[in-house]
Amino acid sequence: MDVFLFFLFAAIAVICAVNVVVQTHPISSALSLVGVMGALAVLYLLLGGEFIAMAQVIVYAGAIMVLFIFVIMLLNAGEEAKQSKSLLAQFLGIPGFFALLAVLAFGILRLFPNSPRVRFGEFTSAGAEEVGRALFTQYLLPFEVVTVLILIAIVGAIVLARREMD
Amino acid sequence: MEFIIITLIKLGVVMAVFMTTLAYLQWVERKVIAHIQLRMGPSRVGPHGLLQPLADVIKLITKEGVVPPHVHKLFYLLAPFVAVTFALLAISVIPFGDEVEIAGYRTWLQLTDINVGILFILAASSMGVYGIALAGWASNNKYSLLGGLRSSAQMISYELPFTLAVASPLLLVNTLSLREIVQAQEGFLFGFLPNWTIFQGPFPQIVAFVVFLIAVFAETNRIPFDLPEAETELVAGFHTEYSSMKFAAFFMAEYANMVTAASLVTILFLGGWHPPLPREWGSDFIAPLIFLGAAAICFYHGLNPARRLDRYTLPAAGLVFAGIGGVFAFPAFKDALLPVFWFCAKTGLILFLFIWVRGTLPRFRFDQLMGFAWKVLFPVAMANLLLTSLAVALT
Repeated sequence: MDVFLFFLFAAIAVICAVNVVVQTHPISSALSLVGVMGALAVLYLLLGGEFIAMAQVIVYAGAIMVLFIFVIMLLNAGEEAKQSKSLLAQFLGIPGFFALLAVLAFGILRLFPNSPRVRFGEFTSAGAEEVGRALFTQYLLPFEVVTVLILIAIVGAIVLARREMD
Repeated sequence: MEFIIITLIKLGVVMAVFMTTLAYLQWVERKVIAHIQLRMGPSRVGPHGLLQPLADVIKLITKEGVVPPHVHKLFYLLAPFVAVTFALLAISVIPFGDEVEIAGYRTWLQLTDINVGILFILAASSMGVYGIALAGWASNNKYSLLGGLRSSAQMISYELPFTLAVASPLLLVNTLSLREIVQAQEGFLFGFLPNWTIFQGPFPQIVAFVVFLIAVFAETNRIPFDLPEAETELVAGFHTEYSSMKFAAFFMAEYANMVTAASLVTILFLGGWHPPLPREWGSDFIAPLIFLGAAAICFYHGLNPARRLDRYTLPAAGLVFAGIGGVFAFPAFKDALLPVFWFCAKTGLILFLFIWVRGTLPRFRFDQLMGFAWKVLFPVAMANLLLTSLAVALT
């Protein structure tokens, strides 16, 4: 059952991800990205990370992508014209894609030769409590550094916006 | 097998009750607003307009669904579907009452209890924004676009104080499961004050309660924060171009969000299904007394009718009330129904507050709305969260 669910939602994630690139309208692309986020959340759920799954939906699908769509709507971006493909992409695109896929698969198989499969419900150390404990003890410094980084980004955005106003 | 049957029964009951509530909430709203404004409200279809929701549903289903030629068809049709799906989804984790025993099978009066229930509701409500934003954009109409933009801006801004106000009672109860949140609020302080998070030590959450209530008004796009559908400025906002069932879907989503939000207030701050008075003070008798009182009033007015039809309709209503009151006399039913009664009573009170505010307050201006969220609500919620965590850490 969990193998079936894994492949179902993995397929949805991949199809949505391809759709992000293929679609010509920005809103369609953004909504496909929301689909990727949702499918990823289900995959986290299958791994037993309920908290991470919900955080994924709330933060990525619910907040960040809404802002994306908000900006697209404000700019009223229209459909993009399909440009003629370069010769390089036309002939080397698909072989290059498969070559990259093969290298990645080889690397992953080399790094984790025979790791056990995670079954639904077996992995229980990804609840809210465990994540919080890890964030505030083991990973406290990286966590705080990231918050400072985000603060810098906010200050930078305000500075840029003010300069344009003057 | 037993589990599946019980779950299906629960699903059917919750769905039927929830849908009826949504339809009749609109009747209650129109009636209450009418009486606040010294009008009659719906009074033509059935006694006191009681069949009005049914008439509205039939009207909306049988109306022609017009799809304007200038819309983005896929997203235009997708938007009401998204809005209503995520609005109805949230009810599945709301606990209505205590554990009950039906024919030897023990079950909880809740569809499902997931250990991140509160986050599930937050996720569902944040996904609901898409319905409104998409509707505004796909309608390809300036009024709709402005309504959709206003709505998504407002919902994103108020999500912050909303989430911060949710976080502080969670610090007291120390769990994310909605059922355990309610269970942590059982009992009484000093023998009479209910152990709800708005009274609970070490730091009572009255401030968080008020912030949460205000943020909920904004999240559900209700007056005084109903700028997305400000009639005088935007015709009808994001659903200007929608008709028939597609319009009804937005309507349903709005009322479903209201009911979920009111249940969330009840669960997080008002102790869920726990009674407001100790059992020794007779809290068990309040529910039957209310129903029997309603029955007595109906019988009295049925015997002294003001209108001709009242002679038949009011005694019938009185019999129904007396029957409900009588059910509480059986101990088996009483234990199961009293928690549900208290839950519904508290949620109903919050819903009445929603309607009451709509009948009382004017609308904010958009800059006032945004300034209020970022300059008042957000700092207050943040300070409350910090003080609560300090108090919890010190004890």
